[in-house]
This record gives sequence, structure tokens and C-alpha cells, in this order.
Amino acid sequence: MAQPASDIIRQLQHEILPLQGYRSVLGESAVKIDLNIINTAFPNAIFPTGAIHEFMVNSAQGKAATSGFIAGIISFLMKEEGVVLWISAEPAIFPPAFGFFNIDPHRIIFIDPRNQREVAWAVEEALKLQGLAAVIGEMRELDFITSRRLQLAVEKSRVTGFLLNHSKKKTNTNAALCRWQITAAPSIPIDDLPGIGYPCWKVDLLKVRNGRPGSWEIAWINGQFAVANDTPVLIQELHKKTG
Amino acid sequence: MKKRFVAVWFHHLETDWFIVRQPALRTVPFVLAVKDHGRLVITAASTRAEEQGIRKGMVVADARMLLPSLEVLDHIPGLHEKLLFKLAEWCIRFSPCIAIDAPDGLIFDATGCAYLWGGDIDYLSTIIKRLNGRGYQVRVGMADTIGAAWAIARYGRSSPVIEPGMQSTVLLPLPPASLRIEQELVERLYKLGLHQIKDFISMPQSSLRRRFGHAFLQRLHQALGNEPEFIEPVQPVEPYQERLPCLEPIVTLAGIEIALQQLLDNLCKRLELEQKGIRTLRLQCHRVDDRILTVGIGTNQPSRNREHLFKLFENKLPTIEPASGIELFLLEAVKVQDHSPVQEKLWEKRSGLQDTPLAELLDRYTDRFGAHCFYRYLPDEHYWPERSIRLSQSLEEPVTTAWRKDVPRPLHLLPQPQPIQVTAPIPDYPPMLFRYKGQLHKIVKADGPERIEQEWWITEGEHRDYYCVEDEKGQRFWLFRAGHYEADKTVGWFLHGFFA
Repeated sequence: MAQPASDIIRQLQHEILPLQGYRSVLGESAVKIDLNIINTAFPNAIFPTGAIHEFMVNSAQGKAATSGFIAGIISFLMKEEGVVLWISAEPAIFPPAFGFFNIDPHRIIFIDPRNQREVAWAVEEALKLQGLAAVIGEMRELDFITSRRLQLAVEKSRVTGFLLNHSKKKTNTNAALCRWQITAAPSIPIDDLPGIGYPCWKVDLLKVRNGRPGSWEIAWINGQFAVANDTPVLIQELHKKTG
Repeated sequence: MKKRFVAVWFHHLETDWFIVRQPALRTVPFVLAVKDHGRLVITAASTRAEEQGIRKGMVVADARMLLPSLEVLDHIPGLHEKLLFKLAEWCIRFSPCIAIDAPDGLIFDATGCAYLWGGDIDYLSTIIKRLNGRGYQVRVGMADTIGAAWAIARYGRSSPVIEPGMQSTVLLPLPPASLRIEQELVERLYKLGLHQIKDFISMPQSSLRRRFGHAFLQRLHQALGNEPEFIEPVQPVEPYQERLPCLEPIVTLAGIEIALQQLLDNLCKRLELEQKGIRTLRLQCHRVDDRILTVGIGTNQPSRNREHLFKLFENKLPTIEPASGIELFLLEAVKVQDHSPVQEKLWEKRSGLQDTPLAELLDRYTDRFGAHCFYRYLPDEHYWPERSIRLSQSLEEPVTTAWRKDVPRPLHLLPQPQPIQVTAPIPDYPPMLFRYKGQLHKIVKADGPERIEQEWWITEGEHRDYYCVEDEKGQRFWLFRAGHYEADKTVGWFLHGFFA
């Protein structure tokens, strides 16, 4: 008896995924990254590690928000002794803030390539190295050839790469697995107290290969990503309390 | 074969070294001094100073009484050990077996060496001449025993050579100090009227031992050759150097690469045996036209990984111009360090900062971008935000203070606080709105103030009152007001960072 068509399609999809850069990691070393509601966007509902994630950044505030979101993800990847490389000609990072994301700031090594053109080379070299928890690179732009090279490098080494793309141009096609845009969203108050609460971001997953792009609001609460529940923020009332 | 020994005495070892370094000191009486209990004690005096009656052990103030123009230089700790070792290594040209005789001498085992220089006298005069040529004043002595050579070098009045078997007669008129015995013992002998060795040499052994101890008798017998004495020869470190002469001059890059690989192979094999790793490596290419081309690399951690070292060289090899050809390659490890092998782990992929592949990656970065291209941040014990972190170039440097987690800090800090225009109720409320780069931000939520004072022992200046604020879009900022509100001045508000 012939197999039902749906089974065949599912099987074919399973074969296609590894070809597209999703490779499931077996064994205990597999890192579970819980992005809460965003998980549903990915194939098999697993955040793809060992892949290139591109983040569109267009302002200083946007860079801070993006760095915060990435810090949340790499806190899972780093665990007790992982090392992260941050490759940028102008990082402007203030490391003590990483403590908030359960990251030891001294385990982040900053690389200054002196020159924007050298960033791509430095990132590729870093991504080839097994054993790093993650590599973060800040680039002016990301063309197809560079992104393809980086994606091939991570498929071999299983390191997760986060690229902050500062390009002002309209987004072009490249080989990164996901493209994100993170913007700051109003914080979530802690126990209804006035003042700034848990940081919250509006996460736009613009592109994800074989997944479902979408837009969510997500907060970082006590070392976990949590859904920003839609409690209305009464701006007027809060202003009275602070002001 | 009958043993022969040479004793060399550097009677002004350290001051001679200073004169070699600064020839102007040759005509000036000077001393080296070290601080001891609030006074300067002389540790060495130059020949000129000694002529004026200044001795080692005097206090500088006393010496200045004798000679007001006396020059005083700092004593360098550990200098004379280092000098002696260097000299011993250099003297291996005279004898293969050289020992250091602390504090200011060398002993050569010259058995069978002297005839190469044409006899004992010529041998000794060559030694004196060569050492004088290097700037060191020496006295030498040669005898069948170490003790006798030592004695004749320091206390001999006539010939420095004691003919074989003659030590017992030549030593007779020398003072007891020439037996290498303690100062206290020498004084006791003088007190008893025993000014020369001949005064007590014929005394019965048992009474000498009873009065002066066994060590004294041992020294006496060693000098006379009745008791054997051994020396511990200096073993010079062979330079970490590999040579590759080529039959045909090399003109291609491929040829240079093969040469380098061979040299690295040999060098790394030796380093493996000695458990050392390379920190600085230099490749010299001797060209046919007598020019020497040099390229060098450095590593952040000792390494003897051939592929890695070769990779570091890879960028630099194209800069070598072979011209008419290279006939000799010389690879020299300028700096090596102890490097014990680490057990390789088969399964553990994730690793920390002390990971060799990571260090190798950083080497490649250093090679391409120059030194200081990578850094880490470590916490520093300061409240002022810019000073609360410090850069560290080393991966090994431990974290000595904990990171502060109890205060909110922005993820992005502006290198310079940027001035902003604000509308803020006084005296200590956060602003209601502020303008930065032409954009108006209306503040919805705020925390603060957190006052951070200037650290007065570092710089003077106004304190800062920091506020964490959030605008209506949800963007979070770190603002501060510098100083207090006062009637006669406008208060500055600044943006200092962005929260995640």
C-alpha cells in the first residue's frame, strides 16, 4: 500500500531541514534555549544553535536593546565556563550590566579589529573555532558571500553566531538563518511598583528559514524569557507617582 | 692524569660591570650601596674608592667623611650571581668544566687544558688578558687542588702557578684565611699567634680538630690534596636555534615554506622533550648577497604547535624578498617558557578561557591587528562608573573583586556623557522630558537618584545624581545631573548610557 502523501511530505521536510542548516545536536551537550512563545516560530520548536542570526540595528537605543536580547540568549549558551567573543571596532559595552543577565562579564573577550573590513575575517576565524559559546560581531553590512561563508563555518563548528548589522540600506538577501529586529518596549512593573521594571523588548523575527516569522513582546524576568502580559500601562497614573 | 685547577677571583666584579656600562665611572671613585635600617651600607667599592680607604660594609656617611666627592650608586640585587653565571658560560672556551665559586670567583677544572695554550703560564695569561679585555680585573691561581688554587689566587705574592705536588710547600707562608675558613676561626687563629699556615700545619691532627673543629681540618686537607673535593659545573643552556643551509639558493615562496616547516619540526621536537613552549620566534634568511632578512612572531601563551606557529608566519612570508636566493635559514626561539602538556580531552568541546585553540586564535588576531587587539574587562574597586572596570590583556588574570550586581547599570555606556536639555522639577526629581540629538523624549517611568561622588583622592569635581528613565516608547536611558542646584549657575544634565 502506498504511503499517504502527508507522511511523505513530513519525511521530506525532515530531510530538507539539515540541508538548510538546522542540525539537531544529540546528547547531553544540547543546549535548550527557551525563548518562550518565540519557540513556535522555529522548525521543531527549537531555537537553532550553530547558526547565524542577523540582527538589524539602526540606532544606539536599538543596539542596547539588541545586545540585551542577545545577552539573554547567550546566558543559556555560556553556562558556567563558556567564553564569548565580541568582535567590534566600537563595542561601547559596559560589562557590569551583563551581571543582570547571569553572565560573568570577564568571560567575554572583546576583539578590536581596528578596521571595519577586517571584522568579517575576524568573525569567520572565531566561528571556525569549536568550543566557543557564541561569537558576536558588529558589521556595517552583510553581503551574501560573507554570510554564506559564516553560515558554512558554523555548520561545521556548531558555534552560534550573532551578527549586528548596522546597515542603513534596505535589507538584502543573505544566507543567515534568521533575521531579527529588536526594539525596546515599555518595561514590566515589578509588583505594581512605580519606576522601571523588568526590561521588555518588541521582537520582530523578520525572516526564519522554514519557520514562521512573527512579532512578539517578550521580557527578561529573573533569568528567563517571559511573555509580556498585556496589562495596560497607565501612563498618566505612573507619571504622577514618579513625577 | 693529575688534576689541575684554576681559580679566578674577580675582586671588583660589580663595580667593573658598572664601569663597562658607563665608562665615565672609570676615573671616579664610586660605591654601590643598599639601604639597611635607614642608612646606606656599601656593598661594593670601586678600585679608586678603595685607594681612598673605603671598604665594603662601611656606611656611606662615613665614607663621605673620607671622600666628599664619592659617587653612590644603587646596588642591584642578584646582579653578581647573574654576572658570575654569564662569565662562567663565557669561560667555557678555556675549559669544559667550570664551576661558580660564590661570591666572587670561578673554578676551572683545567686538567689537560693548559697545553692547548702552550703551558700553564701562557694559559693563565690568556685568561687574564681576555677577562681584562672584557673589563674585569682578575687574579688567578693554578694548582693541583681547588683549595691551593683559591689560596694562591687571593693571597699569592709570587707566581700564580703552583707546580704539580708543590702545594704543601707554597702554602706554608700564606695566612690562615687562604684556607677558605670562617672569619671567626681566622680571628681565633690570629689570637693564638698563628699567622701563617706553617705555624700550625705540623700540629697533631687530634688537637687541631679539638680546637678548631672538623671543617677546619677538612679545608686544610682539601688544600693539600689529601682529601678530594668536587665542583658542580655550570651547564650552559643551548640556544633554541635551528639552521638549515641550502645547497641551492632558495628563490620561491614554496621553498621558504618547506624550509620553515622543517625548521619548526626540529625545534618543536626539542621543545617537546624539554617541556618548553615558544613565546617569541625569529626567522632569519641569509641571502646570497650577504643581506639578512628577519621576520618574527609572538604568541600570547607558550606554544609548540607546528601548524599554529606556521600559520602565524604565513602572513609574513610573502614580505621576504629572496632576490638572488637565500642560502641559509636560521630559526631562533628568542623567548621560551615552561609549558607542560595538558591531557587532551576527547569529548569535552566546550572550554573556558584556558583553552589552547582559543589562545591560538588570539595569536592570529594579534598577528594581524597588532598587539592590544583583544581585551577583557575586570571589575575594579571604584564607584565612579568609568573607573569601575579596567581592561585586562591577559586571559589568566583572576577576578579579585566581585562584579556589582546590586545597582542598575546600562548595557551601553557612552564614552563621553552627552549634554541634554531637560525639563525637570527641582530639587531632586527626574526630568519630565529631555531632548537628545534633536529628539524629544517624554519620560514615563523613572528610578533614582543614585548619587555617585567623585573620588577626591583621584580627581576633584562635581558628584553625579544618576536616574534610570524610560520614555513613552519604552526606551531606557541613564541620565545624570552634575552637581547641586545653585542660584547662580545652570545645572548640567547628561545622557550617559542606554539600558537594554
